[in-house]
Amino acid sequence: MESSGADKCADWASPERVELRRTVRGFTERYVLPNLDEWEKDGEVPRNVHRVAGKLGLLAAGFPENVGGVGDMIDNLVITDELISAGASSGFAAALLTHHIALPHIVASGDEYLIERYVLPSISGEMIGCLGVTEPTGGSDVAGLATKAEDHGDHWLINGSKTYITSGARADFIVVAASTDGAGHAGVSLIVVDTSSAGFSVTRRLEKMGWACSDTAEITLVDVEVPKANLVGERGTGFYQIMRNFDGERLGLAVHGYALASRGLELAVEWARTRRSSGAPLTSLQTIRHKLAEMARQTEVARVFTQKVATDFAAGRVGSKEVAMAKNTSVYACDYVVDQALQIHGGLGYMKGSEVERIYRDARILGIGGGTNEIMNEIIAKRMALV
Amino acid sequence: MNIAVCVKQIPDPAAPWSLDPSTHNLVREGKLILDDSDAYGVEMALQLVDKAGAGEVTLVSMAPRNETSGLRTGLAMGAAKAILVTDDQLAGSDALSTAKVLAAAIATTEFDLVIAATESTDGYTGTTPVQIAELLGLPSVSFAKKVEIDGSVVKVDRQTEAGYDEVICPLPALVTVTAGVVEPRYPSFKGIMSAKSKPVVTLSLADLGLVGAAGGAVAGQEIVSVQKAEARQAGVIVEDDGTGAQQLVEYLEQLKFV
Repeated sequence: MESSGADKCADWASPERVELRRTVRGFTERYVLPNLDEWEKDGEVPRNVHRVAGKLGLLAAGFPENVGGVGDMIDNLVITDELISAGASSGFAAALLTHHIALPHIVASGDEYLIERYVLPSISGEMIGCLGVTEPTGGSDVAGLATKAEDHGDHWLINGSKTYITSGARADFIVVAASTDGAGHAGVSLIVVDTSSAGFSVTRRLEKMGWACSDTAEITLVDVEVPKANLVGERGTGFYQIMRNFDGERLGLAVHGYALASRGLELAVEWARTRRSSGAPLTSLQTIRHKLAEMARQTEVARVFTQKVATDFAAGRVGSKEVAMAKNTSVYACDYVVDQALQIHGGLGYMKGSEVERIYRDARILGIGGGTNEIMNEIIAKRMALV
Repeated sequence: MNIAVCVKQIPDPAAPWSLDPSTHNLVREGKLILDDSDAYGVEMALQLVDKAGAGEVTLVSMAPRNETSGLRTGLAMGAAKAILVTDDQLAGSDALSTAKVLAAAIATTEFDLVIAATESTDGYTGTTPVQIAELLGLPSVSFAKKVEIDGSVVKVDRQTEAGYDEVICPLPALVTVTAGVVEPRYPSFKGIMSAKSKPVVTLSLADLGLVGAAGGAVAGQEIVSVQKAEARQAGVIVEDDGTGAQQLVEYLEQLKFV
């Protein structure tokens, strides 16, 4: 069993992480690959897959031990890398690992009640959580939220709607960003809402270009009563809590980028070796060989740079600028590689049902989700003191 | 219920293997991994100990250069500890030497049952386990497809060409298990992390009192010559001009399959 994600940073290839990759690859081959086409059609990943992953500890990586976690942030990125490199798909990784965007704020708050109720069951795979920030009217403008949570003494009364919610159709709870104290950054709070609450509804399941097995929802909250105890952290600190977690999410998406490129390259090489044209394999053509060489180069650069930035970020040596650079480097490499992988496959690559066609569609979200390519460049530019 | 499981650490079958041109032995210079066929024995042992409610699983292995990568996999699956015999003099050992070493290592730990694979993926002699049993004075049952402990006996369904035999054998004993006896678990992430701190006792030939009694120098078995397998012949391509089925039948008749 050979892992395709050839780790160039020694940190990423410790004996434990090599072993972890074997487990992730085994999990992917036994539980994911035989069912992925069906989940893509169904538009969601079944709950029991979360339980299996939870039992293997794949949902625990990167969380502190006192909330049932094990290992660190790099371990979680290794899991993401291996899932996608092994063919589990970028959409599957997004669906399975949504708790990494839903839970960090609760974990950081140290609130024992919320940890017991939401974090522990999510890490064991019994519960599915999601994060609700974006609104149908205002994009991801965190400071200008239309969703309001009114203080009614012993409970919050929440009204509003959220969209593009990853795992929103399956979730047991949603961490909602709502305005509790007027407009502006200081008025935003995070509140956990059980999706079984009266007044909560999934308005629409959103049909997407890619990530088909990852359910995405638009949800509404109409006079939803939520206990005061469900406030995450201090009132009015929601904006800062969300901002603090963006870098981690972006590093995750950077890993999606190079891992998906790696999978695309693998498929293209395999195809070019076996597909014959005029009596010889495609690899006999210089134009194809050079194409594959350039795909390999870009994939390798994205992998090495992303792994280095992630390692440095985990050690506190770099920040948002380098994370933004890693995300864009990886996304641009992925865009190029999956496009060329499809090109090499010719007509077959354009057919529904071929893996390379799915990869091509899946890749497109990576330059949008977690902050667009343009936002990444703005983050980089701001730190270059250009004006 | 304490169980010793013999495990072999072998070069990764996913990477091409090579033979040393002078000794004809397998080159074991790279990273070694747990032989897949041993994962069944480890899993079987873990399940039997779990069912017994007490005891532990000990891995026993012989490998060059203090290699523990494969042992860590078994420890991550749930084994409690490992014994590794490593010694430069063991290079070139034959099956009997290996059996002597493993038997002596097993004798350093408490056990009610010894489990091994029917054969290793790299050597395929299939003779080491029964030699270990003989050296330890244990009864042995080979080719187990089902293993149960019942008080002081082990009950084994032993795979045969015609079906299987039901064997009852007193403990302590040695059992070799086939692939498929159980489905090996994947090590959990927590298991992988905890394996780092599990004990691996490293022993030399001197520690086992086997200097001059085991190892390459006293091997009674020698690989005299090695020949490359013939390159696989290209297959027959049947163009279906309406007689494809007939052509296939004729081809299978020619091979005496039908």
